[in-house]
Amino acid sequence: MALAPLLDPLVIDPRDRGGPAQPLLIARELRKHFPVKGARGKSVQAVDGVSFTVRKGETLGIVGESGCGKSTLARLLLHLVVPDDGELVFDGEAVGTSGGIAINALRRQVQIVFQDSYSSLNPRMPVRDSVAFGPFIQGRKKAEARDIARDILAKVGLDADLFGPRYPHELSGGQKQRVNIARALATGPRMVILDEPVSALDKSVEAQVLNLLRALKRQLNLTYVFISHDLNVVRYISDRVLVMYLGRVVELGPVEMIFDRPLHPYTRALLASRPSMDPARRIEEPPIIGDPPNPIDPPSGCRFRTRCPFAEPVCESTAPPLGEWLGMTSHIAACHMQDPGSGHSRAGRA
Amino acid sequence: MSDIALDKPLETFDEQAAPATLVRGYWQSVFNRLRHDTVTLFFAAIVLLIVLAAIFAPLVAPFDPYKDSVIARLKPIGWRDHFLGTDELGRDMLSRLIYGGRVSLLMGVVPVLIASIVGGLLGVVGGFAGGRVNTAIMRAMDVFYAFPSVLLAVAVAGAMGGGIGNGMLALTLVFIPPMCRVTETATTQVRALDYIEAARATGAGTITIIRYHVLGNVLGPVFVYASSLVSVSILLASGLSFLGLGVRPPTADWGLMLSTLRQSIYVVPFVCALPGAAIFVTSISFNLVSDGLRAAMDVRM
Repeated sequence: MALAPLLDPLVIDPRDRGGPAQPLLIARELRKHFPVKGARGKSVQAVDGVSFTVRKGETLGIVGESGCGKSTLARLLLHLVVPDDGELVFDGEAVGTSGGIAINALRRQVQIVFQDSYSSLNPRMPVRDSVAFGPFIQGRKKAEARDIARDILAKVGLDADLFGPRYPHELSGGQKQRVNIARALATGPRMVILDEPVSALDKSVEAQVLNLLRALKRQLNLTYVFISHDLNVVRYISDRVLVMYLGRVVELGPVEMIFDRPLHPYTRALLASRPSMDPARRIEEPPIIGDPPNPIDPPSGCRFRTRCPFAEPVCESTAPPLGEWLGMTSHIAACHMQDPGSGHSRAGRA
Repeated sequence: MSDIALDKPLETFDEQAAPATLVRGYWQSVFNRLRHDTVTLFFAAIVLLIVLAAIFAPLVAPFDPYKDSVIARLKPIGWRDHFLGTDELGRDMLSRLIYGGRVSLLMGVVPVLIASIVGGLLGVVGGFAGGRVNTAIMRAMDVFYAFPSVLLAVAVAGAMGGGIGNGMLALTLVFIPPMCRVTETATTQVRALDYIEAARATGAGTITIIRYHVLGNVLGPVFVYASSLVSVSILLASGLSFLGLGVRPPTADWGLMLSTLRQSIYVVPFVCALPGAAIFVTSISFNLVSDGLRAAMDVRM
């Protein structure tokens, strides 16, 4: 309460407990290994010790190749997949522990939008009911939930009278994704996890939906975790970016630092793999060779070493630490070349 | 940077221009498609006719189906007032066929209905729970699958004795495994979809999710499959009666009539074929209606 005068009166959220400085979400050492059928003791290491922090009101972009654990991470944040290990702290309260915040209470404050806009909507339900379902489940009366759905459909730019009674197959991809955003927002969350929300849309619709997401964020005082493999989209929408490779964080930092001065060889390779807009500067060779290693049996030490042009013996023996995180503006990378004491020949000068 | 238009105002969404589709519900669109399917409509009319005739049998039947006559035995089609002839005890065939429809329809619909409820419930539970629960349920069903359906029905009916009730019980047992399997498959498919996960993300419990999001999407295929089982059930019931394990004489039943008349096939061949024809027409009508339903409901939208 003492902090209140410091805040812009427009952004005071009655659910805000710790004030603006307290991170909205802290993930510590999240781990999820999926056992492999028929192979005893083997497992797919989808997410392996991922830690990060989401500040109130920011957009954290998460990028990486397909199969690097981005979507599993998204589901871990909502306990849709139960983590094997690790801790989630939402606005100062540990999730799922006694004395902390219960998982159902977390789900009132965090929502998710999936990539496939079609399978995210019940085909036998008018979209108005799909949107109203969340509030209804969380204890609103049917009529109230309908009213909320009307409001929120208008907010995502769909006329509730025109689109509300329709079924998903009567909507375009962009409209369906708007409905999904409305569905996620209907319960009044503080944080929305966007799991590749625009990847299945064509470019013009993608731009509209991204702009809508930006506008909604301002309007409703939201915090986003934005997962994508599209670097341009992530650059456009994110404040900070987290780069994942084979279930681990390889680099984390403010968006302009990541894109202008990438530290990790993997991030550099990712950035170099973007299609060039300039025909004179076309990319002649693939910047990374080969496919990512099998996450069932990842390489020892640094997981990127099998594809890294700078790999040395130290990369095989020791997993590089992510570096010390000093605050929201820190730019850190899990690479021995960043650590002068690591023994890598390029350490400290890369 | 990217080619994304940065400062396009929100109001200018061009996809706002809505497609000019008529807004209507799923069942309404199914009905609309059915309306234009003349084959299905024709066979639906036949089914309706058979059902109505069975319900109003006392009003429709020209004679008492149990009134026998020594002098009128085994008369051919068109003999005096008996449009479809008489059977080996001189009873009017038309009346017996109409009354026989009652038993056949009962034996066709009731076992399928009960099996749909029991098997469907097991299937939804197994499909949604997955893992060991599902394995346990489905392997138990596989045990029943190991027997040919006719053999299973005969064995159950034989062990418990004849009669309509036991016959229906036997048929119900035969139909539970396939109903369970169809429901389980449909549920497993639905369970993997994102809207289930989205519903879970709002904090909805399992029962709520099943009620609002699973049942509606599973009911369609289950209903279609059940309607196709009705004809199988009628056939199996007739088979049981033919073997003396279903309906007891003198009750009018198509299978039983077929069984008793078969000795007279050289005397009045066409009359003997009538119960078979009734079974054939009824089951093929149910089958074609079920096909039409599936076509109308199977919309890849």
